[in-house]
This record gives sequence, structure tokens and C-alpha cells, in this order.
Amino acid sequence: MSMNNQGRPSAIPAGAASFDGVTGTVTGNRGLQIEEPLIFEQDSAGRTGVDLPEAPKVASRLGAVKPRAKVGLPGLAEPQVVRHYTRLSQKNYAIDSGFYPLGSCTMKHNPRLNEKMARLPGFSDVHPMQPVSTVQGALELMDQLAYWLKTLTGMAAVTLAPAAGAHGEMCGIMAIRAAHEAKGDSGRTKILVPESAHGTNPATAAACGYSVDAIPATADGRVDLDALKAKLGPDVAGLMLTNPNTCGLFERDIIAIAEAVHAAGGYFYCDGANFNAIVGRVRPADLGIDVMHINLHKTFSTPHGGGGPGSGPVVFAESLAPYIPVPYVTHGANGFALVETVGDGQAFGRMKAFHGQMGMFVRALSYMLSHGADGLWQASGDAVLNANYVMARLEDVMTASFEGPCMHECLFDDRFLKGTGVTTLDMAKALIDEGFHPMTMYFPLVVHGALLIEPTETESKASLDQFVDALRALAERAKSGDVAYFQAAPRLTPRRRLDETAAARKPVLRWTPPVPAEALAAE
Amino acid sequence: MRYLPLTEADRQSMLEAVRATSVEDLFRDVPEAARLAGPIGGLPNHMGELEVERLLGSMAAKNVPAGSVPSFLGAGAYRHHVPATVDHLVQRGEFLTAYTPYQPEVSQGTLQVLFEFQTQVALLTGMDVANASMYDGATSCAEAVMMANRITRRKKAILSGGLHPHYRDVTTTDARFIGFEAVALPAAPTGGEDLLALVDDKTACVVVQNPDVFGHVRDYTDLAAACQAKGALLIVVVTEALSLGLLTPPGDMGADIVAAEGQSFGNALNFGGPYVGLFAVKDKYVRQMPGRLCGETVDADGRRGFVLTLSTREQHIRREKATSNICTNSGLCALAFSIHVSLLGEAGITQLAQLNHAKAVQMADKLAAVPGVEVLNDGFFNEFTVKLPKPAAAVVEELAKRRILGGVPVSRLYPGEMEDLLLVAVTETNTDADMDAFAAALTEILESGALA
Repeated sequence: MSMNNQGRPSAIPAGAASFDGVTGTVTGNRGLQIEEPLIFEQDSAGRTGVDLPEAPKVASRLGAVKPRAKVGLPGLAEPQVVRHYTRLSQKNYAIDSGFYPLGSCTMKHNPRLNEKMARLPGFSDVHPMQPVSTVQGALELMDQLAYWLKTLTGMAAVTLAPAAGAHGEMCGIMAIRAAHEAKGDSGRTKILVPESAHGTNPATAAACGYSVDAIPATADGRVDLDALKAKLGPDVAGLMLTNPNTCGLFERDIIAIAEAVHAAGGYFYCDGANFNAIVGRVRPADLGIDVMHINLHKTFSTPHGGGGPGSGPVVFAESLAPYIPVPYVTHGANGFALVETVGDGQAFGRMKAFHGQMGMFVRALSYMLSHGADGLWQASGDAVLNANYVMARLEDVMTASFEGPCMHECLFDDRFLKGTGVTTLDMAKALIDEGFHPMTMYFPLVVHGALLIEPTETESKASLDQFVDALRALAERAKSGDVAYFQAAPRLTPRRRLDETAAARKPVLRWTPPVPAEALAAE
Repeated sequence: MRYLPLTEADRQSMLEAVRATSVEDLFRDVPEAARLAGPIGGLPNHMGELEVERLLGSMAAKNVPAGSVPSFLGAGAYRHHVPATVDHLVQRGEFLTAYTPYQPEVSQGTLQVLFEFQTQVALLTGMDVANASMYDGATSCAEAVMMANRITRRKKAILSGGLHPHYRDVTTTDARFIGFEAVALPAAPTGGEDLLALVDDKTACVVVQNPDVFGHVRDYTDLAAACQAKGALLIVVVTEALSLGLLTPPGDMGADIVAAEGQSFGNALNFGGPYVGLFAVKDKYVRQMPGRLCGETVDADGRRGFVLTLSTREQHIRREKATSNICTNSGLCALAFSIHVSLLGEAGITQLAQLNHAKAVQMADKLAAVPGVEVLNDGFFNEFTVKLPKPAAAVVEELAKRRILGGVPVSRLYPGEMEDLLLVAVTETNTDADMDAFAAALTEILESGALA
């Protein structure tokens, strides 16, 4: 067997004459689960998956730079490439294949109509620097999306520029800073962030040069209003709060919170990651929020794609509306136009190249139009009903952290596992064998061994019932003392538990050509 | 509503199970004054697929797709042919509708793709390691500068006048709010800037671009060595990733960090996004990198597998001490990039890069033959700058009336400046007829007096 430079196997044993000890097959395959080598291990020099015309014979004009001798990429024909990625795809869990109850991630159905719309050549094959006279429809789409987002949030302004939620947070905190600076107020050095916040909140505040002060939670899982008031003062630039919060609860005191922050001269940033719970039913502007990002890949169902791309538009109340980045769309006598230069007006700067995640804008607007006002009302209602139903059906065997009703997600902690030897992680891994993606684990940090379940509105009752039945059975099994079962899970996946410690200790972050085992041994 | 599986009967029985009288009852923690009584006003009600297609189709029809006319636009976004295989595979639900691979046992597909992507990016840029992607080239550039600040413990960046102005603006925006100095040199359409003279003992990094925004191809080997002698890092930005198939890569020139835009492989123009930021570094800087990293390991049975690793750099673990606040990357765009690069392979990428360059040389010669037009570049890859006897923005409008998208006026990127300069990009998608039509239309516009 070849080894890589870390002394680990670099490929599946090729041409092995005996049965593999793990799978019991010669190939290592298990029926439809097929082992797949790296693309670099399938190289044959000169082979390619494209047919291109000969380049015209001209003298090259590369100036002082030499053409490179080689890149080092492998050569594969098209059928090999198709099979490679198809096999890899089959090693993934996905919303298309099953229930994906990751709390705070809003893994809802991704309609294929949205994919089709984003691929219309009028949207997908348009260059960002075309004359604006040739992209009036693209600008109209951005204008329409902005209208929907402003209407749904009750806010005065929106920027579509940020590429993701965390990028939107950055944009919002920059706007807050720009507003304080415009008032000549330079004494505000702190951002208040509740303990239950997403990691991106403190990371964003710190990246923008603010110190982060944590606000404790009350026994019922909400921000401690008195503790908040005690921390507010002339040194506080603003508050970053997720609502509904990461415990799945609506902040009942939110209007009082907003008033307190405003009275102290600060701005109220809302992390809109959980907007799906209230979209179409509650307008954030009515809660006193000054600025909020919206994850189009959560609430408005643009696909998560294995980790992106996202899109994180930010809405602003009147108070912060002047402080938005370029570009933005305007409308005049000659149709739509783009303001894209830093220095025009009060725009505080630029977040990314060009005009934002247009492909995501098309998908999100397609989703919004499909639902309409009535559909969104029903969707947020169903999302909240589904979460409460899961909570009600699990309460007697698992330990809910807080009293309901919850919003779009329900939070449990690991008290029900006390003394069993089974951990939250073990439960999650056992769920995988039952055919479910695990819930969010160990987040939020305010409860021990958190299990955060977000079903979304696109799951049927039958699907929830099956999940609940599996989880109930696992909880009973854990309590019966069958620790070994959990610690060995998952058993039925393409890979079993992976050694994350080894991966971090001696990182192997790329393929390198294999070294024969004997050469390594000789070192 | 077609996306909602609950029936009215389901809802009733579920409400009983949760001991609530109505769905509205579940919203009782929301202050009453902020609760809408029914569906929000000012928006239409739900639509069927056909109606949505009609509505969005009518908006799309108001745009001129670049592929429907001869098109020569670049400036950081390039129209390349994407093989049919790419979009087919990208749309597989197991890739499209999966989350970030935090549960490695059920995400080996995405993880292996990321491991292969990281390797491809490292090979293309000539660097040791790459991350699992950033939002786009511009944010990649800004993150590279912040990474250089962390490594050198200095707080000044020198930005070349050849850096794409959007990349410059994203970096200077971060500089203002995050608290470092970014010295941006004036635009350098013919080169000749002395970057090294500005490097002092406070300088964390110098940021250059290759080919630069005006298309010039440069060798930064000497600059890299000189920067390092002064304790500063060299960051090389690449906005046309296909150039890496032909040119000496930044790693071979001695770059410390490469920040690039990967759109050219696998990704459509999409009016500017989503694209895919590439980020590659020397080995010794791995632990200062922003963004996700995928690493190789073994499972409980000793079989090779992949996991996200070194996450103690990241916000979900480190919170306010993270190297960056980035969470999402460009997963699906990175997948498209990776599939396209896999299809091309060593032979294909070289051939495609040569084809682009050769066509650009032909186009440059055709435009240089138009009376009054001058090509400013000695060396270029697939994009170059021409000087026109008339304002470029007006010429481009005239060309658009003749259904030719004839490049990006430099003044679009630098308002009020260099109004006679035009950026022209040529790719494999441009036919000989496209190129002749462009040269002929330009000749006619300049001669006809259409522009007074």
C-alpha cells in the first residue's frame, strides 16, 4: 500500500486479493456505497475531459514573465469525472434525502424552481460591468428584492451587498460605527453581546475594534434586562442580539431592551439568523431594531451548498439609513441606475467586488413570490408549530432547557443523560444510524450539552413523528445503560467516527504524491 | 401552498399535542403591539410556478446576456465556456442541499471535494496550502492583508495602483473600521510605480496583482525578496484564475499569500456573484489563516477520511479571539471550480490558457490597426488596455447600440479619471467573427462622428 508523507494510507488497497477486514468485500465497496480515490490518484498523463480548438499560431506576448512548465493537475476523461463526483455526492446527507434538524441553520426545502430562475441567461450570463442600459432587468430584480425585504422588516433602507450572514454583521457594525463617528462620538468602545449569541457576533464586534461585554441570561433563557441596563452607558456603541434567540425563545422584553439601548445613545443590532420564525408575522422595525442582517440561505431557502455561497442583506432603520455601503440601485427618469463609487454620498465603503450575490437574489425573490404574503404567514406559523410539536413529544423523555412555547426551534440539554455515560455527541451519532442528520449540538453555550432542534415548516407530521420516535427510543436505550451501543455509533455510514485530534495535530491539508512505504521506513 | 406539507387536520392534532388553541397562541411571547393580525400588507399573495416563471422571465428578458452578442468584458469577471457536466453535478441534491460538513461521517462527499479543491488551488497558485474558499477575490484580498498584520504584528499595507479598485475599496473599508493603515497608490495604467520605496519598518505587506487591473503581466520575484528583507509580506492578487494555467505562479515568485478570484473556472458571470475567493499561503502561516480548512485523517476502522480541522482559529470556537468572523464560504462555487479544473486537467488547462492568450494577441493587433487606437500593454494574458481618441464610456454605449459589449471603460472603475481608456478581455468564447465585428464597429464609430 502507498503511504503519503504522513505515513497514512494514500489510497484504497488496489487489486487486493483478500477480503477487507472492515467491509468484508474485496473492493472495500458495500453495495451502493462505493469507495472513491482522490482525483489525483486517477491521473493519466495527457488525458483530458475537454476538447478545445488549437490555439492560433501567434508570438506570445507575456512580457517579462515566463510560461510555467507545469501545474501538476491530474488528467481524467469526462466519464471518470462524472463518476467521481457522483460517487462523492452519495456520501453526503442532504435535505433532499432526509430530515436535517440543525438548530439555527434553517435547513428547509430548496425549491428547484429557484435554481431554474437563477439560470435564465438574462440573470446568469450578465456581466457586472455591462452598460446599465443592458441590465435594466437585473437592477429591477434587485430593486424588487429590496422592496420585499424592506416591507417584511418595516425598515427604511437595505443593502444587498454582504455575501453572507457574518459579512452582513460586519456591515451592520460598520454602519453603527460610521454613525457614531459622524456624530463626533468616539467614546463608545464596547458592544454588548448576550452569552447565548452565535460565535460570529463577538467575532464581528472584535474584528471591528470593539471590546465585547457579555450579558448573562435569566433563568427563563432571556436577556437579563437589569444586567443589560447596568452595563449600558456612554461607552456602549450598541447591542447585538439574536431574536428569536438561540434558545429558540422570543425575547419578551425586546421593546424595553430597545428603549434602554436607545436611551443610552447606542444602536440595536439584531442578528436575523432566526428570522424564519417570525417572517411575515412580525416586523423587526416594530420591535425597535435599528439594523438587522437577513440570511437569504436560511429564511429564503437559497441552498446551503455544503457551506455556501450565502447572502446577507442588511436592513436599516431611518437612524442608520444614510450609512450603507456601495453599491445600491436608484431609480430615475432613465430607468434604474447603480451607485457604485465610494465617496458618492455618505456610503461608508464597499463590502465586496461588484454588486452582491445576484444568483442568490434571484432564488430568494423566486421563493418570496412563490409564497406571497399569505404563504409566508403560513410558513412561519408551521415552522413554529413543528418545533413546539417536537418539543411536546420529547419533553417526558428528554430535558427541555426552558419552558415553552418555543419559536422555530426547541432546546434540550443533557440532564436526561446524567449518569448514563452517554453524551450529547453519542446521541447525535446514534441518530445518524437511524437515517437522520443530527441536531445542532453543544450550542448555545448557556446550557450543558445542548441539543438544538429546528424542524422548519417544510417537514411533514409523519417525518417529525418518525424522528421523535427514533429519538425517544434512543433516549430510553441510553437510560437502560447500553453505553457501548452509543459509543460505537455510527456504524452504517461511509466512514465511522473520525480522528479529529490527529487531523489537527499533524495537519494534512492537501494531497502530495505518495512516497513508497519502504522509503518512509528507511527515514 | 406547494412547499408546506402540513394539512389542516395535521395542524389541529398538533395544536392539541402542544396544548395550544391556535398557531397565533404560540406567538404569545411577542409583544402584542408588534404582532400582525394577518398576512402582511403591500405584498402579493402566493403564486404558482408558471406565474413566477413569467414574472421573473420578463425581468430577465430586459437584460442583454453577454453570450447573445460579441462580448469583451473582463475587469475581474470573465465569460468562459463551462462544460455541461459542471452544472449537472453541482445540481445534485446531495451537494446542493447539504450543510457545512460539521458531521464528517455523513459529509465525506463535500469534505473530499474540499480537500481536492484545496490541493488544486495550491497547485495552481504554486503555494503550499489553500483554504476551503472565501466569499470572493476582493474579500480574500482584505483577509490576506489582515492576516499579514497578525503575522508581522505591523499595521500598514501598501496597495499597488494595479490592484482592482473594488479590491482596494474593500481593503480600505476594512482598514478604516478594523483599524489599520492602507496606503493605496494612484492607478498605474502604464506601470512604473516604486512600491519598495514605501516599505518601512511599519509595513506588514505589499499587495500587487498579476495580471494587474490594466492587464499587465509582471514578474514580482525581486519585489518578493525585497519585501521579505524588510520584514514585510508580499500578497499577490489574481483576478483571472485561468492565467495561472500559463504564467509563472505567484508561489514561484516568492509570494507569501495569494488571494484570487476563482470565478473563471466553473462559475457563470451571474452579474457579479456568487463567486469564489481563493486563499493560499506558505506552510508556516497555516495557523494564521482565515476560513475553513479540510484535513485528512482516519476513522475508527483505520480508513482514510476527511474532517474540518484547525477550527480553533474559527469564530464558532474562538468567538471574539477568532482569526476572522467568516463562517459561510463559497462551497458550491468551489465545487463548480473543482469540477471544471478536474475536467480540464493538466493538458486542458494549458491549452485553454494558451487559447485565451493567442486570441487576445489577435484582438490586440486588430484594435491597434484601428486608426487612433493604441494598445498600452507590452505583456498581457487575456486582457489589455487600449487608449481611444474618444471617451471610452460613450464609445461603449455606441457599441452597445450595435449589440456589441465592447469592454469596460476604465472610468467605470475610476470615476472621472482616464476617460479615454478601455479594458478589453478576450476568451475562448470569442469567435473570429466577434473580433472582426468589434474592430469594424469601433472603426466606424470613431470615423463616423457619432461622437462629437
